[in-house]
Amino acid sequence: MPAKRIIPCLDVKNGRVVKGINFQNLRDAGDPVEAAARYDAQGADEVTYLDIAATQENRGTLVDLVTRTAARVFAPLTVGGGVRSEDDFVTLLHAGADKVSVNSSAVKDPSLVDRLSRIAGAQALVVAIDVKRRPRGSGPQEWEVHVAGGSKPTGVEGLAWVREVADRGAGEILLTSMDRDGTQAGYDLELLEKVCASVTIPVIASGGVGTLEHLAEGLRFADAALAASIFHDGKHTVQEAKAYLRAKGIHVRP
Amino acid sequence: MSAKPAGTVALVDYGAGNLRSVENALREVGAKVVVTHDPAEVRSADRVVVPGQGSMPECAEAMRRSGVADALLEAIRKGTPVLGICVGLQILFERGEEAGGARGLGVLPGTIARLPAGVKLPNIGWSPVRLVKRDAALFAPMDGQYVYFAHSYAAPADAPGAALLTTHGRDYCAALAKDNLFAVQFHPEKSQKVGLALLERFVSI
Repeated sequence: MPAKRIIPCLDVKNGRVVKGINFQNLRDAGDPVEAAARYDAQGADEVTYLDIAATQENRGTLVDLVTRTAARVFAPLTVGGGVRSEDDFVTLLHAGADKVSVNSSAVKDPSLVDRLSRIAGAQALVVAIDVKRRPRGSGPQEWEVHVAGGSKPTGVEGLAWVREVADRGAGEILLTSMDRDGTQAGYDLELLEKVCASVTIPVIASGGVGTLEHLAEGLRFADAALAASIFHDGKHTVQEAKAYLRAKGIHVRP
Repeated sequence: MSAKPAGTVALVDYGAGNLRSVENALREVGAKVVVTHDPAEVRSADRVVVPGQGSMPECAEAMRRSGVADALLEAIRKGTPVLGICVGLQILFERGEEAGGARGLGVLPGTIARLPAGVKLPNIGWSPVRLVKRDAALFAPMDGQYVYFAHSYAAPADAPGAALLTTHGRDYCAALAKDNLFAVQFHPEKSQKVGLALLERFVSI
């Protein structure tokens, strides 16, 4: 069994790191390559870039960023944001991304997942899914998939979408609870448990980490924990996180 | 660390997605890299690295089409140090189960089989490897170390030259060393210091 992974996530915009609270209130937080190299030196198991303002016009900026990162960081790199086509996907892989994540474009055209999975194998394709709790009626709790950086509800039911992308060839799911994202109140554990029980591909938990205890809770279900602010703010290093998790009996890489 | 790398490393380009990362890592450890799909350059190189990402059938087919498969077989026969990475390990075997079955290059006997159901697949992440071939100098320093894997298919634990094993659903071959032929299922180019140290040893053989 592989060790549970700790993945610092850098939201990038126009080639710079930004931080989002509930996908809003952005402020500049430096050069992504420097940040990625710092996390690499701390023993991060992976680094993820999410381009939150990806447009066709600034695609070159992201590709350049990936190229510069891959020349310095010898740890796995996942890149997402605005990937719409086979060309976008292949360009990022060839620049040095190990995995590329898709989100909105997969909801728009689910067959994109099948096609991308065939290009370089399932292990290179992450499907990012942003969900928000629906008001609970008398039935079971449901989550609704949102796209376009969380701004657009789709009517698609979260757990059904998770199963569908796994069947279509996603290699991993990057699951973000929009209710928790930016709150530092902890992962949505009910959501995480249900998603992890629904598929046999790895699940990366995202949205809501504020403490090391939250990481431990999430990794009871998920294969990897994605976190931003607890690392960016300098509140904890990756080493501290791993030492804490190891003491809790969770298998992490030294 | 070890002796300064000498000579050229031919990094075989047949369209594998992780080519750039392998090139970066080889340059980082001081190697003189020639990225090539020219069979003549593969034949004349001092060392050959075969990267790989994706499905074994497609990679094996792409290598045959470009003529680089024959050049690689010739390099192996004449004693050039060769390192296969991920699918670059898998294509050395006779057969692959992936995508309905495929013919590999047949340098090594055996079948690349899917890891068993009941574990998360693809296997993505860092796992420790254990040394089972004490005299494999390239891999001996890695006993107990964590390296990065991203795959669903693997060579058997009793593959010829198996030097490092790991476990995901079953034991399988993480690295092999057979004379001048070396291959790893994990990604040294993405395994931080442990991976770079391995590449440095390979380019210094």
